[in-house]
Amino acid sequence: MNPRRSYAAGTGLFILLGFLVLGYLATQTTSLVNFQSGPTYDVIAEFTNIGGLKDRAPVKMAGVRIGTVKSIGLDQKSMDARVVLAISRRYDQIPTDSFAKIMTSGLLGDQFVSISPGGSPHNLKNGSIIDNTQSALQIEDLIGKFLTSSKSSSADSGKSQ
Amino acid sequence: MKGVLARVFDPLLDGLADIGRTGWFFLALLRALPRGLTYPRELLRQIWFTGAKSLIIVMISGLFVGMVLALQLYYTLSIFGGTSALGTVIALSLYRELGPVVTALLFAGRAGTAITAEVGLMRATDQLSAMELMAVDPLAFVASPRFLAGLIAMPLLVAVFNLMGLFGGHLVGVTWLGIDNGTFWSNMTSNVSVWKDVINGEWKALAFGGLISLIAVFQGYNAPPTSEGVANATTRTVVASSIAILALDFVMTAFLM
Repeated sequence: MNPRRSYAAGTGLFILLGFLVLGYLATQTTSLVNFQSGPTYDVIAEFTNIGGLKDRAPVKMAGVRIGTVKSIGLDQKSMDARVVLAISRRYDQIPTDSFAKIMTSGLLGDQFVSISPGGSPHNLKNGSIIDNTQSALQIEDLIGKFLTSSKSSSADSGKSQ
Repeated sequence: MKGVLARVFDPLLDGLADIGRTGWFFLALLRALPRGLTYPRELLRQIWFTGAKSLIIVMISGLFVGMVLALQLYYTLSIFGGTSALGTVIALSLYRELGPVVTALLFAGRAGTAITAEVGLMRATDQLSAMELMAVDPLAFVASPRFLAGLIAMPLLVAVFNLMGLFGGHLVGVTWLGIDNGTFWSNMTSNVSVWKDVINGEWKALAFGGLISLIAVFQGYNAPPTSEGVANATTRTVVASSIAILALDFVMTAFLM
């Protein structure tokens, strides 16, 4: 190999390597990893409060990722948050009376929708609505509850004295 | 009195004039760029020289930056009990900020100085005038391939830097400090986006690459034809490109937010 061709090959290798690394970074270390390919079906769940749930947040069942949050909107009639979940077609055996809950991964983690199975013989289909939902836990509400309960308990203790 | 004023304002005016001349040089370079593309072999040689040969220093620096980042961020995050976010924070710091900026500073020191010295000596030994006599435009044959090489090499070097940084961060965070491997990756993959973070950093890399090679070629091209002149031009390349990188980084970050 003449020297001229060897540095040309080296340059080609460098460029190829650079693009390969860029491709790896873009596809393996970003949210593209969680990109769901393949057919999905939509299920609608209405929550009184979704907290910090975002588009494309994971939908999990028993901790296994089965889909993503497709869209979030406000239902003007009920004034509830209307969350559309895109669930992979592979998981088509979810009972209609399943329970959807907004949970947080870790103390400061992101929020996701967790589905617990019900016992109905019928399964969710495209466009079905999940009736049993539980809203996101709001720290402010918790603190509020804690404050009022501690007040009433101190009032109780005051009475008993 | 006049002497004091002149001593204060002369360097400022010199600097301003240098910026202006670099701007005019950039326009002339852009005009010569299409003709520069007729020398692909020279472009290839410059990519090899500025890009591929900077690979080792960029890889080693990336590794250490990633390792330090993991240590420092682990300490900070442990105050808030959020060490599970270590992967995300390392990746975001690298992709958005440290990757492009540190690589650009290294590139200015490793490749920018070499370009200035080479072109400056070409000027000093009258090679540039000889090219003009042979009807070869030095802007097309000397300046354009070096400018384009910086434009092409920098984004690729930044990608390599980021990968090595991530590897170093993973090494310290997961292997040494004991953060769960799954947590590290899943937290990162759910919070890092391609367009907002990876590509955002690559835009910066492209801009820095063009800026550094423009400054380097300009300084070499206009270096006084003495050994002192070339030495001063090389110093000015490092100083000017470092300041320009950091200033442009602020502006680009504000716009790309």
